[in-house]
Amino acid sequence: MSRAQFEDRLFGGLRYVVIALLLIATVFPFYYMVVLSFRPTGQLLLHPGSLWISVHDLTLSTYKTILEPTSKGGQGLLGMLRNSALVSLGTVVLTLAASVPGAWAISRLKFVGSRQISALFLAVYLFPATLLAVPLFVMFARIGLQGSLVGLAIVYIAQTVPVSIYMLKNYFTTIPVSVEEAAALDGCSRLQVLWRVVLPLAAPSLMATGLYVFMIAWNEFLFALLFLAATPSKWTVSLGLSQMNNAIEVPTTVLMAGSVVLTVPVIVLFYVAERFLTEGLTTGADKS
Amino acid sequence: MSTSPGVTRRRPSPMQRSQNRAGLAFVSPTLLVVLVIVVVPIAWTVLLAFQHARLIDLQGMGLFGNWTWGNFDQVFTAPGFWTSLWTTLVYTVGGTVGSILLGLVAALALRRPFRGRGVVRSTMLLPYVAPVVAVTFVWETALNPQTGVINNWGMHLFGWHRPIAFLSTSSYKADLLGVHVHLPMALMTVVAFEIWRYFPFAFLFLLARLQAVPAGIEEAATVDGATQSQRFRYILLPQLMPVIALLSVLRFIMTFNKFDDIYLLTGGNSGTEVVSVRVYNFLTASYDVGAAAAQALLLAAILMVLLGIYFGFFAKRVQEEEA
Repeated sequence: MSRAQFEDRLFGGLRYVVIALLLIATVFPFYYMVVLSFRPTGQLLLHPGSLWISVHDLTLSTYKTILEPTSKGGQGLLGMLRNSALVSLGTVVLTLAASVPGAWAISRLKFVGSRQISALFLAVYLFPATLLAVPLFVMFARIGLQGSLVGLAIVYIAQTVPVSIYMLKNYFTTIPVSVEEAAALDGCSRLQVLWRVVLPLAAPSLMATGLYVFMIAWNEFLFALLFLAATPSKWTVSLGLSQMNNAIEVPTTVLMAGSVVLTVPVIVLFYVAERFLTEGLTTGADKS
Repeated sequence: MSTSPGVTRRRPSPMQRSQNRAGLAFVSPTLLVVLVIVVVPIAWTVLLAFQHARLIDLQGMGLFGNWTWGNFDQVFTAPGFWTSLWTTLVYTVGGTVGSILLGLVAALALRRPFRGRGVVRSTMLLPYVAPVVAVTFVWETALNPQTGVINNWGMHLFGWHRPIAFLSTSSYKADLLGVHVHLPMALMTVVAFEIWRYFPFAFLFLLARLQAVPAGIEEAATVDGATQSQRFRYILLPQLMPVIALLSVLRFIMTFNKFDDIYLLTGGNSGTEVVSVRVYNFLTASYDVGAAAAQALLLAAILMVLLGIYFGFFAKRVQEEEA
């Protein structure tokens, strides 16, 4: 057997081993999370090594405990879901509203300072969030935004606008200028061109960007911890779960049920729009 | 400047001025948010780092006053700062290199089409898109010494004598081929978590680049008798290098500043206290805003220096290659 044949066989076989191992590594934690969330706590303590649930052990009480409001003896995750949804959706809408005109201006208009401004936006990610945390904490306390979902959404906008401008800009540059010029000749103003021509064409990219922003806001933890820790009624799901883990004795299985509730919306959205998202993020990566 | 070189300076045309105005108007909402939420706080942190400030005084305090180097003195002499910096570096380098290598392996394995590749590809992105709180909980639960599945299986199937407390052992005595070694178990575990969570990011970019490599070059090499490993070394790797370099920078910056993963997994205990977690602890345990700001500032400065070195080295290499 020649070296080439040997390598072809070796890598051909290895490839499937690698794929299988990677699949197990990525899926197993999520499978484990779901299985534990349906098991009674006693069962977990008795058989920590078991990876399936028999039908008569299956319980939904974990979900009941985690979702019910604290007044009924639950953990109140439903209210936190509402908080998370409000903050994330608000962030998506406002981030897109701010970044669509910004991205279009940077990709189309030649104006003084445009390069410096795009550099400034990227510089946002150079600084650790902890560096921003102290002054923001104090600023928000002064203007009364501490402990409010609005304040949190404003921070999320600042954190997501740069990546959102980057993704949209990459897409806008692929739209032929001539389409926009034709609309301008027909008497559209710049805003009309943006609203009537560019936006409909950019719908897939808007979806991808919106989804990415939603995931960042939904998953975010540090700023929620800093601004909302003292106001339990405003806790997001991520913050609420981590506080339950620290403060009170909440059974592991109940925490796993909470984790499933936190994860499911993101994963569903991700599978719905996966194609747009991966293309939106990597546009340009294949041209370098 | 927007005027092209060679053209003598003249007043911008009305067209140009209108573009200027529209451009600035269109970016101004974004610019405003970024200025208020990012630039102003950073400037303020710089000021705070040079002042005596505790959270209680801050409300009534002016912006300037009481200049001091005390915070930096305190940071450098406080026990644990250098250890913490070293931990940050180990964590960052381990996480960056590991996630890019694993991402590369995954991208190579998924390069050629097979049935169900689309599903496999999106499934591999799950660790990256799932909420950090949920995935850290699962890891904690699975690695728990008493009730976790990993230790249970380890003892029953692989014959471990005692359960391993992965996330709370700062130094684990192990026998490797008869040699006694001390492994920083908790740190290794958080690095493993980092690799697991971020390899999809590298995988996504590398796969996109791999699929853009023209098939012709590789076919030609195959005809000339190049084996798979030779084709990877001499054809694919050079094509991937720019993306790998970009990913290294991105991942390095992100991991260096990372807070929530370690905070949620270990709380910074057992030899995993990276600088960002330390800043948070200073802030919440002692309300010492000045010292926290000084440390955050040092972290950012060190990152800039490292990036400067990297880009200096890289720019040099590019020049050499072109020469």
